[in-house]
Amino acid sequence: MSKEKFTTLKSSAVPLPIENIDTDQIIPARFLKATTREGFGQNLFKDWRYNSDDTPKNDFVLNNSTYSGKILIGGKNFGCGSSREHAAWSIYDYGFRVVISSFFADIFKNNALNNALLPVQVSDNFLKKIFAAIEKNPSTPITVDLSQQKVTLEDGSSESFEINAYKKACLINGYDDIDYLLSLRDEIKHFELTH
Amino acid sequence: MTRQRKTLFDKIWDSHVVKSSEGYPDALYIDRHFIHEVTSPQAFDGLRKRNVKVFNPGRTTATADHNVPTIDQHLPIKEALSRHQVETLRKNCSAFGVDLYDLGHPYQGIVHIIGPELGLTLPGMTIVCGDSHTSTHGAFGNISFGIGTSEVEQVLATQCILQHRPKTMLIEINGKLSKGVVAKDIILYIISKLSASGATGYFVEYAGDAIRSLSMEARMTICNMSIEMGARGGLIAPDETTFKYIKGRRFAPQGETFDRLVEQWRQLKTDAGAQYDRVEKFDGTDIAPMITYGTNPGMGIKVTDRIPTVNELKDISEQTSFTKSLDYMGLEQGSAILGKPVDYVFIGSCTNARIEDLRLVASIVKGKKKASNVEVWVVPGSKQVENQAREEGLDKIFEAAGFHLRQPGCSACLGMNEDKIPAGKYCISTSNRNFEGRQGPKSRTFLASPLSAAAAAITGKVTDVRELSGMD
Repeated sequence: MSKEKFTTLKSSAVPLPIENIDTDQIIPARFLKATTREGFGQNLFKDWRYNSDDTPKNDFVLNNSTYSGKILIGGKNFGCGSSREHAAWSIYDYGFRVVISSFFADIFKNNALNNALLPVQVSDNFLKKIFAAIEKNPSTPITVDLSQQKVTLEDGSSESFEINAYKKACLINGYDDIDYLLSLRDEIKHFELTH
Repeated sequence: MTRQRKTLFDKIWDSHVVKSSEGYPDALYIDRHFIHEVTSPQAFDGLRKRNVKVFNPGRTTATADHNVPTIDQHLPIKEALSRHQVETLRKNCSAFGVDLYDLGHPYQGIVHIIGPELGLTLPGMTIVCGDSHTSTHGAFGNISFGIGTSEVEQVLATQCILQHRPKTMLIEINGKLSKGVVAKDIILYIISKLSASGATGYFVEYAGDAIRSLSMEARMTICNMSIEMGARGGLIAPDETTFKYIKGRRFAPQGETFDRLVEQWRQLKTDAGAQYDRVEKFDGTDIAPMITYGTNPGMGIKVTDRIPTVNELKDISEQTSFTKSLDYMGLEQGSAILGKPVDYVFIGSCTNARIEDLRLVASIVKGKKKASNVEVWVVPGSKQVENQAREEGLDKIFEAAGFHLRQPGCSACLGMNEDKIPAGKYCISTSNRNFEGRQGPKSRTFLASPLSAAAAAITGKVTDVRELSGMD
C-alpha cells in the first residue's frame, strides 16, 4: 500500500533537548487501546504536555507557540523502550515528518521508517548546533534533503546522514516492506518446503 | 580458504534468510510469531485492506495479556476500550485461523511466559512478537526480538520480516554468585555498567559459568531485559538445562523427534575462534542485590550503595537528564537508597512472574506479615503459573503474609489495566522499566529482584535481603 512520499522538507523545528526519551513518554501505555492507527497525535507526550486535569503545561515545548514545524529534535537515544509503533504514529499524526537526534533506538527507527517518518541521525556536535540555532531563532528553517541525505541549517552549515538505500527508495517512492515481501511469496513457499 | 567460523547468532540468522539482495535488508523467515491484543489490531486491518490471508496461521499464537484485569477475569472486562481490544483480538484470530489463548483458558498468560512453558519456544528458531521483551525467548538459544505493528503485518502476510543484520556482542559473566544474588541482579548490574543505550545495534550472546549455572527461568529473566540496554535481543546457547526444560511440554516435539532435535540443538553454539563485534566481561563475584534509583533501567546501583552525585557522572552531558530523573523520583543525589520507604510492591511481569520467582518471594515472606504501610500485588505470569503456585500452597503463604495471588497479565508493569501505582507513590517492582509514569501517571519505580521486592514487602522499605532474618 502506498505511503506518503518524502523527498525534501524545509521547516522550522521543535526542540526537545532531553536524552533517553522513551516510547512511554512519547505515548503512555494507557493510550494504546485504539484499534486504528489514527488519532494518536492528541496524546503525544501526554504526561509532559498536560497536567492531570488535562490543562496544558505551559512550560512544555509543544504548548509554546514560539516553536512549531514539521521537524522534532530530540536528545540521544530517542525512542528507547517499548516497541509500540504507536510512538511513531503519534509523532506523525501530530504533524511531524522528521525526527532528528544524535542516536535512535533500533525498534523506533524501524517503526518510523515504516510510517513515512524520517529519523535523521546527526553527530552530537551538529545536534548541539541545531539546538543552539533554534535557541537563537525559534523559526530558523532546517532543510532535510533525503535524496542528498543532508541536513542544512540557515547559516549554510550542513551534515550528511546515513540511511539504508532500500529504505530511502521506499520513502521517496512511498513503497512499503509488505509490497516487497509479497513479491517474494513463491520463494518463501519454496523455503518452507525445503527447510 | 576454510569456512568462516560463526557465532551462534550468525548460524541461526543465516539458516533463516529467504532472500538476501544487495542494497536490501534480508528477508528472514520467522518460525514462531506471538501476538497480543495491543499491537495486532492494526496489522489485521492491514491484511484486510490488502485482501491477503495469514500466510501460515499455524506459526502464530495469540493471547490476551497487556490490558486484562488481574481480578475477576471470569467477568466481562469493565473498561470499554480494553474490552474492545480483547474482543477485536478474538474476532481477528477467529477470522484468520490463529490459535488464541483467551482469558480463562488454562494456557492464557503473558505472551513471553506462555511461549516457553507450552514448548512453543525452541532452540534454533527465529521468533518475533509486537513487544520489545520478545528477547526473553532467546534464553533457549534462538533469535527472538520485538517488532512494531507494521512488522507484525509483514509476518502475518508473508511469515517473513525484512531486517538488517545487527552486530554481535558477547557478554561473559564468570564467578560464583553471592548469597541473595539472583538473575535479576545480574542483568540490572550489566545494564548499570553498559547504560540504557549501551548495546543498541547489537544482538547479545550471554555466556560464562555464572550464566551456565542458571535455571531456564533465570536465563529468561536475563534475556528479557536485553532491550533495556538497547540490544535487539539476547540469547544463550542451549545445553542440557534447556533440553530438560523443553522435554514433555505441551507443544514441544515428542519421542524420537525430540531426541533427534536435541542432537541438532547440541550443535547450536558459537564456533571456537568466531569473532564478535564486541566483547564485554564481568566478574560474577562483584554482583550484589541491585536496585534502580532513576528513570531508566541503566540507573541502577547495589542496594547498599549511595545514589551517585551529578559530579560522579561519567558523561557530563547527562547531568540535565540525571537531575530531572532524581527530581521525578523525589530522591537526593548522594543519599542512601537503603531504608527508603515504599508504598507498593509489585511481583510480576514477563521478567519475574514465573513459578521460581513466586517461590523466591514465598521463601522470604513465609511465616511473616507484610508491613502495614505497603500494598503488595503478586501477579502470576500465566494461568499455569497461577495453578502451580496454588498447588504448592504459595497462595496460602501469601495470604498469611497479608496479600493475595492475583490472576495473570502484564498488570502494573505498564499500567494498561486497573493496576496502576498512584501519583507520587513508590513501588519496588520486579518488572523491567522504571520510566516516568510507566506504572501509572507520576508513579515512582524501583526495579529489583523478587527477593529484594519480597524483603521490602516485609519491612516496608528498601532492604538488603541478605540482612533479613530467615534468609538462608
